[in-house]
Amino acid sequence: MSPAFLNFIEIVLNGLMAGIMYSLVALGFVLIFKASGIFNFAQGVMALFAALTLVGLQTGQVPFSHLINAIFGTELHHWGSGLHTVLAILFTMALMILLAWVIERVVLKHLVNQEPIILFMATIGLAYFLEGFGDLMWGSDVKVLDVGLPSGGSLWWEDVTRTWVTEGSEYWGMYIDRLDVAATSVAVILVVGLSAFSQYTATGRALRAVADDHQAAMSVGISLRTIWVIVWSIAGFVALVAGIMWGSKSGVQFSLSLIALKALPVLILGGFTSIPGAIVGGLIIGVGEKLAEAYVGPLVGGAIENWFAYMLALAFLLVRPQGLFGDRIIERI
Amino acid sequence: MSIKKLVIAGAMAIMMGGAPALADMVFPSLSYRTGPYGPNGIPFADGYADYFTLLNERDGGIGGVKLKVIECETAYNTEKGVECYESTKGEGALVYQPLSTGITYQLIPKATADGIPVLSSGYGRTSAANGKVFEWIFNFPAAYWDGASIAVNHIMDVEGGDINGKKISLVYHNSAYGKEPIRTLEELAKKHGFTFTAIPVDHPGQEQKSQWLQIRRDRPDYVLMWGWGVMNSVAIQEAANIRFPMDHFIGVWWSGSENDVLPAGDGANGYKSLALHGTGIDYPLYADMKKYVIDAGKGAGDGSHAGEVLYSRGVYSAVLAAEAARKAQEISGKKDITSADMRDGLEALEITSARLAEIGLPDFGAEFKATCANHGGSGLGKVQQWDASAKKWNLITDWIASDRELIQALVEEDSAAYAAENNITPRDCN
Amino acid sequence: MFYREAGDFKTSYAADQQTFPIKSERWLFWAFIAIAFLVVPFFINDYWNKAVLMPLLIYAMAALGLNILTGYCGQVSLGTGGFMAVGAYACYKLMTAFPGMDMFSVVILSGFITAGVGLLFGIPSLRIKGFYLAVATLAAQFFLVWMFNKFAWFYNYSASGQITAPERTVFGIAVTGPSTTPWATYLFALTFVFVFGWVARNLTRGRLGRSWMAIRDMDIAAEIIGVSPLRAKLSAFGVSSFYIGMAGAMFFANYLGAIEVTEAFGIEKSFLVLFMVIIGGLGSILGSFLGAVFLVLLPVLLKNIMVGYLGWATDLAAHVQIMLIGGLIVFFLIAEPHGLAQLWRVTKEKLRLWPFPY
Repeated sequence: MSPAFLNFIEIVLNGLMAGIMYSLVALGFVLIFKASGIFNFAQGVMALFAALTLVGLQTGQVPFSHLINAIFGTELHHWGSGLHTVLAILFTMALMILLAWVIERVVLKHLVNQEPIILFMATIGLAYFLEGFGDLMWGSDVKVLDVGLPSGGSLWWEDVTRTWVTEGSEYWGMYIDRLDVAATSVAVILVVGLSAFSQYTATGRALRAVADDHQAAMSVGISLRTIWVIVWSIAGFVALVAGIMWGSKSGVQFSLSLIALKALPVLILGGFTSIPGAIVGGLIIGVGEKLAEAYVGPLVGGAIENWFAYMLALAFLLVRPQGLFGDRIIERI
Repeated sequence: MSIKKLVIAGAMAIMMGGAPALADMVFPSLSYRTGPYGPNGIPFADGYADYFTLLNERDGGIGGVKLKVIECETAYNTEKGVECYESTKGEGALVYQPLSTGITYQLIPKATADGIPVLSSGYGRTSAANGKVFEWIFNFPAAYWDGASIAVNHIMDVEGGDINGKKISLVYHNSAYGKEPIRTLEELAKKHGFTFTAIPVDHPGQEQKSQWLQIRRDRPDYVLMWGWGVMNSVAIQEAANIRFPMDHFIGVWWSGSENDVLPAGDGANGYKSLALHGTGIDYPLYADMKKYVIDAGKGAGDGSHAGEVLYSRGVYSAVLAAEAARKAQEISGKKDITSADMRDGLEALEITSARLAEIGLPDFGAEFKATCANHGGSGLGKVQQWDASAKKWNLITDWIASDRELIQALVEEDSAAYAAENNITPRDCN
Repeated sequence: MFYREAGDFKTSYAADQQTFPIKSERWLFWAFIAIAFLVVPFFINDYWNKAVLMPLLIYAMAALGLNILTGYCGQVSLGTGGFMAVGAYACYKLMTAFPGMDMFSVVILSGFITAGVGLLFGIPSLRIKGFYLAVATLAAQFFLVWMFNKFAWFYNYSASGQITAPERTVFGIAVTGPSTTPWATYLFALTFVFVFGWVARNLTRGRLGRSWMAIRDMDIAAEIIGVSPLRAKLSAFGVSSFYIGMAGAMFFANYLGAIEVTEAFGIEKSFLVLFMVIIGGLGSILGSFLGAVFLVLLPVLLKNIMVGYLGWATDLAAHVQIMLIGGLIVFFLIAEPHGLAQLWRVTKEKLRLWPFPY
């Protein structure tokens, strides 16, 4: 194979991996939208908050130390060497469940039956709140997150691919990030797990019932509010996974919450209501934007990825206004 | 109803915002401790405030006049920066150091009209080095274009003086700040015969796969970086991932702090960045800082940042401002200086190694002397390298000079354009 | 007691249909306007101008524009930042290309140019709806910002890509550039907001506005009764972009004076203006203003209270401030999901009956 062709494959592969990373964020949106029709603007901040909490527990930071120190004049920083990673993840998860419960109690309960845009706005309030709360709790420094995931390019893959090239041409092998491979595996497990959960458990069936029709679900005795807590907890879990993946790469800091923007084109492409849609959408966006950046970017000066992803999604929407896998829009008078 | 009340209460609060100034020297600190660039803003703001606190605690201020730092949170946002500027300028502000190129651009015309100097050390508008056009703006000791040239000169040193035919890429933050060095690097490429490619990264820069795949394909001999915030750490991580030789990867002085290299772990070992000042905590000044400020519980932050690169940058900026204030007192013969005196002080500022040693920072910064025409300092910089096992930066070169001849021509050109656009007649001085 | 319609007789249709049907309300409004035009300019200082009133007026203008599109026509848009950038850059190019042009014409022309761009990006709305459209307008947002950052012609080939407003005048008085007086820029912006607020009010209760609302409430039904979705949606995009473009032009020229597109007109701006519209009240002119008040003044107010009075550390204050704003958004939505304007309407109803509510 010629190096140019191998380069093409390399870009496609890396695009697929990047796409999976976007899908991880998009999944959280889909889950909540499906079950409650809420476009959860706070998903990115939830990822940040989960990652911050995880690092805080792992390194043994004292929560709100800054605030406590400012009020009482103490000098608190750490309460010890921190928790084991697994324990920290479990505790973080517990906190995310608590968060889901509080959100349901304080916000959602009062906004049942409101228009989608109002609920959307409420999640924005939530996002603001969580942003300030997370900073207040754990401080706004950059934190290093290490949960033992592999990182760096895979040498083995480089060696393997180097033999594929036609004799005599210069080629250094194909690059693939081991962190991306790990993320992909996790995403696959997550999707399979979520699908199995919604297919084979009673709660899962209840979830799907609520997604189909709120009123019908309530009339057969499904508690809407319990379902919401469960859904938000699962979304919190997905946020935690996304936070770990993205945070391992760049360190945990405020910018982590901006990854939500990367998920938006994935969402519209895949449809707001479909879990496979989020995955397929992510893959298409990932490959599309990487190819565009590599082959079109140099012609116009680069950095076109961001808008290209949206343009791509827009082009798909013009053909299918409900996204690739979205529910068909049926309009009646 | 509640809204109305809020508005009224708000109006009152805004009206009276901030207590009236006493006869202190006021140094506003337009800091950012939140937002996407907060992690970088925190150590800088701590260092800036701590140095003034030290002067107050140890020396009783400058020339017997106490110093006051008014901190205002900008979150790296220009609109909030303007709000901060307007709310602090009436308090007798002597000099502004906003630590943001965007806010600096914002303040250049305003501060000039209000007669308050702006000192943007190592950022802001490079052509402000031309004091004939930019009377109130200072950017010593070095600016971005110096940085680009210093980096290239360092590469020349490493390569034994000849970089003809080499490939150098620039990974830059796709904003005004990141685009600054491109012009200079293009000129330098012509002069020294290297091939130059510029690769933009959009804010915030969490995803840089395309950029680094491109670098991996192109195999440039050196990569320069003009990044800020999360972009830095991701770039360093990606460079380590593609096993780019880290000692051939050189960041500007804003891409070389602990925040940027720590997330990449061992992979960041050997990464280089430019330095405007010394690194580490082994300066006599820091002993005083610990004694009078941090251990006394008077620090602006929790003291954990002391000695970090950006903390030192804050201290250095404060040193420059304090020295200028001292100079201003000397020139005007008054204790209570005004912002106009401060401007004279900045313009007459001379930093010598003897003076730096006296301050307790021997060989910390470059020597320079500002003049009426030269507001840009000497344009010297060092190169520092990250040692991942010891988790510290080491200076690996002496002061490296930039290609002043070439830069001066660019400065003249850009400042002339500014002068023409804004009807400024350049001052006549040398 | 003071606010009532008893004894306030209407003798013509015009009187019956006026914006403020109740006399005391009319008085209140005109008194407010008189204060804004005749009293405030004498007391305004730099801080009030640059930190409070200018951002308030300009965001109100942008919110007004977005409200026409989102509130009246039901098309959710997240391209506001991009359209403001079009206004700002159009303004810059006009200012530098025609130095003799007065600022009124510059701002209005910038508005028209933005309207053209808005029409173009409004075309997908004919097919895409709801949140899908919102995210599709993000394509406009990212593309426009990228374009202004990339092509040097837009910023006259300056070294760093920043644009700086030169001094331009209205009736010989400088309203842009560094040496403006606070009252001049304030009055300039206020005039625009007042005039175009009035235009918006009358547009939205005329034929055009009714066709927008018909599309918003149910587009298929509207189509059946003869409202052309093409014309209604595109006109909403056009008019809305016109307002947003003027807001962008003033944001750049009168308020900040120097702009960098990635920083000033990023996605955050689009969200901020959308938040204003929703918090203020969708489909309400007053709501646009209240939303701007809430999201522009409240942070400044909270900051001044916490830092200025209570003497908190700035970072602590910033964190608490953003938490409070988030909490207040949720609180107001729970109290009144239809925005602050609705809250005001309810208050008025109560006032009308006071002190005998039954």
